[in-house]
Amino acid sequence: MSHPHPTREALQQEAAVRLATLQGKALSSRDRMAIPSQDMPSQSPDARRANMGEVALGYTAEQARLEALRCLQCKNAPCIDGCPVRIDIPAFVKAMAEGRDAEAIAIIRRNSLLPSVCGRVCPQEVQCQERCTVGKVLKSVDKAVSIGRLERYAADLERESGDFRLPPVKPETGKRVAVIGSGPASITVAADVRREGHAVTLFEAFHKPGGVLIYGIPEFRLPKTIVQQEIETLQAMGVELKTNFLVGRTRKLQDLIDKDGFDAVFVGTGAGLPKFMNIEGENLVGVFSANEYLTRANLMRAYDTGRADTPIFKSRKVAVLGGGNVAMDSARMAVRLGAQEVHLVYRRTEAEMPARVEEVGHAKEEGVLFHMLQNPCRILGNDFGLVTGMECLRYTLGEPDDSGRRRPVEIPGSEFVMEVDTVIVAIGNESNPLIRQTTPGLAVNRRGNLVVAPETGKTSIDRIYAGGDIVLGAATVILAMGEGRKAAASINALLATPVA
Amino acid sequence: MHKILSKEQLSDDVFLLRVEAALIAEERQPGQFVIVQVDNQFGERIPLTIADADPREGSITLVFQTVGKTTHKLADKPVGDSIESILGPLGRPTHIERFGTVVAVGGGIGVAPLYPIVQGMKKAGNKLIVIMGARNKSLIILEDRMRALADELIVCTDDGSHGRKCLVTEPLKELCGRSPKPDLCVAIGPPIMMKFCAETTRPFALRTLVSLNTIMVDGTGMCGGCRVTVGGETKFVCVDGPEFDGHLVDFDNMMRRLRAYKTHEEAAHHQCHLDSDLSRLRKEGHS
Repeated sequence: MSHPHPTREALQQEAAVRLATLQGKALSSRDRMAIPSQDMPSQSPDARRANMGEVALGYTAEQARLEALRCLQCKNAPCIDGCPVRIDIPAFVKAMAEGRDAEAIAIIRRNSLLPSVCGRVCPQEVQCQERCTVGKVLKSVDKAVSIGRLERYAADLERESGDFRLPPVKPETGKRVAVIGSGPASITVAADVRREGHAVTLFEAFHKPGGVLIYGIPEFRLPKTIVQQEIETLQAMGVELKTNFLVGRTRKLQDLIDKDGFDAVFVGTGAGLPKFMNIEGENLVGVFSANEYLTRANLMRAYDTGRADTPIFKSRKVAVLGGGNVAMDSARMAVRLGAQEVHLVYRRTEAEMPARVEEVGHAKEEGVLFHMLQNPCRILGNDFGLVTGMECLRYTLGEPDDSGRRRPVEIPGSEFVMEVDTVIVAIGNESNPLIRQTTPGLAVNRRGNLVVAPETGKTSIDRIYAGGDIVLGAATVILAMGEGRKAAASINALLATPVA
Repeated sequence: MHKILSKEQLSDDVFLLRVEAALIAEERQPGQFVIVQVDNQFGERIPLTIADADPREGSITLVFQTVGKTTHKLADKPVGDSIESILGPLGRPTHIERFGTVVAVGGGIGVAPLYPIVQGMKKAGNKLIVIMGARNKSLIILEDRMRALADELIVCTDDGSHGRKCLVTEPLKELCGRSPKPDLCVAIGPPIMMKFCAETTRPFALRTLVSLNTIMVDGTGMCGGCRVTVGGETKFVCVDGPEFDGHLVDFDNMMRRLRAYKTHEEAAHHQCHLDSDLSRLRKEGHS
């Protein structure tokens, strides 16, 4: 590292000194913009390479107050337009700037059900913070007000204080709703529907609830206790949880309505079918989907080799393919599992990477080696069927494609070999075929995602709604939550209508 | 929690468990399997075939060979104890119709998943010729049950200790040469056996279904760890299978993939034995 890693205490002290100079002063916009953007305290790269603990440690009280004071309270609040669930950002930030933290979290909770989660995993730099006036004036999105970190601070404070009050649940209506999957979309629907007094059963295929928040996102980025607590909140509200239940196989989707008497169903099963590249050598031993690699490590706890029965491949040199958050998670997990070298291979440039900027930064600090404008064209193996390397091609960027990002164009004759023993494919997910294969009449698009009415989240079958990645393709936690909110409102409206 | 209702040792290392699983018993069809996890904290998830089910009692029958950590733990469980997680039924059911004459080949433990398929095929009005094979007599399982269903039963062992002394491919080849030749072959057993069954039937263009048992984590399509190459394309055993056209499966690749964690597993199992030996010694007051 070029400069020593600042400790949490140092950052706190610096903030305390600065805060003291501002105490009791009426701040102009100029004063506010002169406050330096507060760095997130984090474990030092050397320490965290060897543990699974959370990397970002969260703001101190002084830092949170100071960061909140940077907000200009813009009348037109451009940040709200950048938030998929339209949290009243200026209002909660103002409350924090004035030390009313409990009020801040109450404001956030009006729109977001999972603030501890979203404060950690939202791509704020392309949402609320991208629109922030402070960032615009200072000509860098990095200098925008750190809305996500403030959200996390407020949510953590509430959780740690134990002062969380259960959302009120209306009297029982006698109506029953099945929610399929237990990731972010489903958690949102379960809460919103239960609040109206309807009985809710959450069906999860795995042995533990939480969906991608549990099997996919690693502990070092999102501690599992936070997710467990969200699920426990639902259970305390009266939501029933059924694990090891695969809708489509254990019970058909339509049977939940026809045989089991549910009045409505929400499908939030996620994307859940890993994409591969369809290149030679992809089924060699040592090639894994990021889903498999992360599930073994996270959900099955394979990192705990002394206790876990689930094995994980022992790797020396790892290549991770892709540029999203899942690619960063996989690469950083490989570092923690003891790989000597971890290479991240992406066919565009860093500017096009969909990963959160913070995760890219963390991955680099942890020693992940980035290789841009490269992509394998085949995976090489030995006589035992084990991976020995990848033949790669170099790329250049051409005209923008449908996604608006510049299209990678391969450079003919640029082949070269990268020696690795493990390849982790993190290029996204397709929709899982199970529900559509076992539910006649359920409309899907060309990609196999469920087709829903945009305003209501209703599928082609009455009483069946859907949202999250099964509809959107691979997206984000906050978008899944937004979709869930919408579908829950439709379900509540449906169930409020007396049967004719 | 799934209570163990009964337990039978079918051979040296093959066990049968009847366990409570009402929903699975109700929905399961021939060809399907379950994912079993002994404990939810640190246990692994392994696929096991469903050998039988009783929807009225709400139970399923699992038959397994003790090969790894989880299967040993399962074998050690007494009647009345429980299995924490069972997910299923998984996989696409066997396509059952009246084909005419069906040859069903079961090798070793493969006889267990073959049994419900034979049941289904018989019920659909097919003539069933069953070939069962194992290394020796003690490893032949479910012979009486198969005999009760089959129109013709051929038992073979590698060492001749029971039935014919030959590999299952020998009677299979003879049947292919019969006129009229059989209409369908279903072969389930160790990968090497399925591979050679497929090679045996290929020259006769006898359609041959095989049921693959690969490494899985979730069993729902999410991880892709179970993928195999079938006709040059990648398929997931859990959602596209477990049954595939045996003439198109790349068995060599599949067998290599099955060995992916061998060293780790052996070490884990060795440790597990050390632990249980140690705890036995402790109980006996040796340390």
